[in-house]
Amino acid sequence: MRKLFMATAFLAASALTAHADDVKEVQMLHWWTSGGEAAALNVLKQDLAKEGYAWKDVPVAGGGGDAAMTALKAMVAAGNYPTASQMLGYTVLDYAAAGKMGDLTETAIAEGWDKAVPAALQKFAVYDGKWVAAPVNVHSVNWLWINKAVMDKIGGTEPKTFDEFIALLDKAKAAGVTPLALGGQNWQEATMFDSVVLSTGGPEFYKKAFNELDEESLKSDTMKKSFDNLAKLKEYVDPNFSGRDWNLATAMVIKGDALVQVMGDWAKGEFKAANKVPGTDFLCYRFPGTDGSVIYNSDMFGMFDVPADQKAAQIALAKATLSKSFQSAFNVVKGSVPARTDVPDTDFDACGKKGIADLKAANDGGTLFGSLAQGYGAPPAVANAYKDVVSKFVHGQITTSEEAVNQLVQAIDDAK
Amino acid sequence: MSAAVSARPAGASTMNRIVIYGLLAIFAVIYLIPLFVMLVTSFKTMDEIQNGNMLALPQSPTVAPWVRAWGETCVGLTCAGIKGYFWNSIKMVVPAVAISTLLGALNGYVLTKWRFKGHKLVFGLMLFACFIPFQSVLLPMATILGQFGQFGKFLYNSTGLTFGFGNPTVNLVFVHVVYGLGFTTLFFRNYYEAFPTELVKAAMVDGASFFQIFRRVLLPNSLPIIVVTVIYQFTNIWNDFLFASAYAGSGDVMPMTVALNNVVNTSTGVVEYNVNMAAAMIAALPTLLVYILAGRYFVRGLMAGAVKG
Amino acid sequence: MALTTATSTKTSSTGESVSTKSPRAWLQQALPKIVLAPSFAITVIFVYGFIIWTIYLSFTNSKAFPNYVLTGSRAYQRLWRWTFESDPPSSWYTSITNMGIFGVLYVVICLALGLFLAILLDQKIRGEGILRPIYLYPMALSFIVTGVAWKWFLDPGLGLEQTLHQWGWTSFHFDWIKNKDFVIYTVVIAGVWQASGFVMAMFLAGLRGIDSEIMKAAQIDGASTLQLYRRIIIPLLRPVFLSAFIVLAHMAIKSYDLVVALTSGGPGGSAWLPSNFMYEYTFKRNEMAVGSASAVIMLMTISAIIVPYLYSELREKNK
Repeated sequence: MRKLFMATAFLAASALTAHADDVKEVQMLHWWTSGGEAAALNVLKQDLAKEGYAWKDVPVAGGGGDAAMTALKAMVAAGNYPTASQMLGYTVLDYAAAGKMGDLTETAIAEGWDKAVPAALQKFAVYDGKWVAAPVNVHSVNWLWINKAVMDKIGGTEPKTFDEFIALLDKAKAAGVTPLALGGQNWQEATMFDSVVLSTGGPEFYKKAFNELDEESLKSDTMKKSFDNLAKLKEYVDPNFSGRDWNLATAMVIKGDALVQVMGDWAKGEFKAANKVPGTDFLCYRFPGTDGSVIYNSDMFGMFDVPADQKAAQIALAKATLSKSFQSAFNVVKGSVPARTDVPDTDFDACGKKGIADLKAANDGGTLFGSLAQGYGAPPAVANAYKDVVSKFVHGQITTSEEAVNQLVQAIDDAK
Repeated sequence: MSAAVSARPAGASTMNRIVIYGLLAIFAVIYLIPLFVMLVTSFKTMDEIQNGNMLALPQSPTVAPWVRAWGETCVGLTCAGIKGYFWNSIKMVVPAVAISTLLGALNGYVLTKWRFKGHKLVFGLMLFACFIPFQSVLLPMATILGQFGQFGKFLYNSTGLTFGFGNPTVNLVFVHVVYGLGFTTLFFRNYYEAFPTELVKAAMVDGASFFQIFRRVLLPNSLPIIVVTVIYQFTNIWNDFLFASAYAGSGDVMPMTVALNNVVNTSTGVVEYNVNMAAAMIAALPTLLVYILAGRYFVRGLMAGAVKG
Repeated sequence: MALTTATSTKTSSTGESVSTKSPRAWLQQALPKIVLAPSFAITVIFVYGFIIWTIYLSFTNSKAFPNYVLTGSRAYQRLWRWTFESDPPSSWYTSITNMGIFGVLYVVICLALGLFLAILLDQKIRGEGILRPIYLYPMALSFIVTGVAWKWFLDPGLGLEQTLHQWGWTSFHFDWIKNKDFVIYTVVIAGVWQASGFVMAMFLAGLRGIDSEIMKAAQIDGASTLQLYRRIIIPLLRPVFLSAFIVLAHMAIKSYDLVVALTSGGPGGSAWLPSNFMYEYTFKRNEMAVGSASAVIMLMTISAIIVPYLYSELREKNK
């Protein structure tokens, strides 16, 4: 600490003269603390070390980033900005609107980020014409993860429609396996419901309802049908699903206790950790009826408005983050796909290759949508109100799809 | 009380003893179940955890999870286990506990033996302070700590020393003292309430000063309540996550709880339950040690001695 | 107790009359207040000042960050609606009803169990040094991890139910943690497990602080053990009850990690407590005004319960 003060004091004295005195350190707040994630991020740390920048780690895990965001709020309130922080969607925009973010536009133009990064991501990385964040990856949530042995045993094939999916689940049920592995926590249920809505209503409907929050769509019969479909899926869940962590649901599929899990592509990390190979041990399909569309969320590194002497370090960090080599190396480990569409897919496995191709197609075709459950469809107040309603529907506090739709409209209205 | 029991007929007394020991043993077993679950889990391999019964003993016990938790597991990007974070926590906990306990004892002394008009209101206000939700003080406190930091820089520029202003560990000590005062005052005040005022009076007649009475008469008789206060403060401060993560999140000052949390709480990744359980028990060692060591001072009869002396 | 107060008042008043001239005596008399002043000032600023700040924010339109423009009582109106027009139950309604159930059960069971264990342990028990830490240790462990152990233990597919099934008691059924109507009781179980040992320690300290002469005197008068406790010892422990009650009430109100680690909020959010609500709205949902309003309502409710209790506890000593 004293060292820091010495540095600060020294810099204050020589503020006008110096570029040579730039701080050779990035302070990074993030919640990637588990083995695989930390290994992925370490690649960035090493890339920066090569350029002479030290890495001051500020890891705060918990609640999918909740604890880290609370810590960030306190740091910003104390006027003690990190160089950068891992952030999700609307949070970046909130901090940008409050004037806390830096400006990377010059670097972005020089590096050609505006061409390489999908427009849907730029909506969150660019505020008021200024680049304020560097996207790290694109996760996609409309995936099915299937145990291949179980699939072969019941003689199933890839379901292409929701009805085929139900038929497949019936087969599994008849064979005595739990058809659907679900973790009964609100974000998991809502993440699955994102896919159900896209499958039931199609891309246009999803966009209108869950990205534009169009009230007509939200209370339409299609939305009711989506809730009915969710109720159907609930029939295939084992009785102990409530409160289960997502990775335990994945473990059920890995072990062959369950046939399929609907989950984002981070589930792949679990299969890989269990030494399972895509195509031979497990299968990755798009959620039936959503092929061609991608529901995404993305991790971003928000860049704060740091003092001038830290700017060079921040730019180095942003450049390293969006470099093609890091994007490839990181996302191979993390299970997601690169946040720029011009990264070669050579190092990725079959599921990763499909993910990259799908992202490119969805970006070109305008069917790349933010996940409402993951905070990329609407601001946090709305997204969480949505999770409440879906979860209450799944657990029986809300009993009919009629009521669910009314509650959804009301909750979203409240939260706006 | 033991006298009361032994005064009864021998048969009933033996019966009583059996019932008492039986009840204590049953409760001990119930209290130990979660620890048992954690212990057996920490010695199992991941395969066994995923496929076996959680209450079963490990079939092929391994200490690898403990070794990993101690020296290998990743806390953020630094993979050197949780051993390095003890010192960060101890640096913060010991001063915070000492200061808040001492202040609490002094406050309790004043509020019972040197009463002034309005002493009840003062006590009531300090007591009610225990109930403020920490979540709602997080941001205003951060702002004030930010001011301390600015002041520290100013001091540094003018004197060459920061006097601890802006140091994250000092900040945490300050925060824990502030929000621990209500409890420590409560404990000592209610303990001293029952303390014979005659002793204080007698010391005063002998010409002892305010602090002399405190040191010679009250403190030597306060061991049980000091134990309770220290246990309470040590546990709460050691286990605090909210303030620690918000005010001291970076690797070089990070307290144990934040490190443990970073080991245990993975967002999207593989959860190593055996390592988590081992890490949790390692992280709790200092607290457990305090319980066992401090527990020795739970003795009776101090006061009786003082009265006679 | 009455004697204590009376004498102490007398002492300070005599001190006053002696002291009027000499500076040393003046210092001696002012010293207690000087000693107490910093603690009190800190409390006023960092507790009551922040409460006022929170009250202020609850009347603004603060979202992700504090916003100091007053906009009226919209946050309270929403909480009002969530309290009284809530079918199906709103998260807020669930939180406050859970608080009632959890608060009462947690405090009462911990007090009863803590006192019971303390009395048992105070019977000149051999091995007290081993038993005491066994009851106390749950306090030492962070709920981030013990929550997982409890979660497994209570899970019908993993823990107690499955084990008993394996042992042959197949009709045993215990799935409270999965049931939206019962999940809050599992929070009570884990909470009591964690805190009752500490309450035991407080009562034990109280028992050890009681002058043994008093007990001997009572025994000589021929009081039975039960009478001794009911008539003499438990009344003497009143200040400890106050301490224990405050500690438990505060832990009940702040039980946040417990709910998260054990239930992740419970089926459909059915295990939420007000602290979960407040944290969610303030930090996660960027509705700081609503979060602040809920904190204010919590504080008001607490004062409605605590202040009369404090008043009666502190007043009685005056008689």
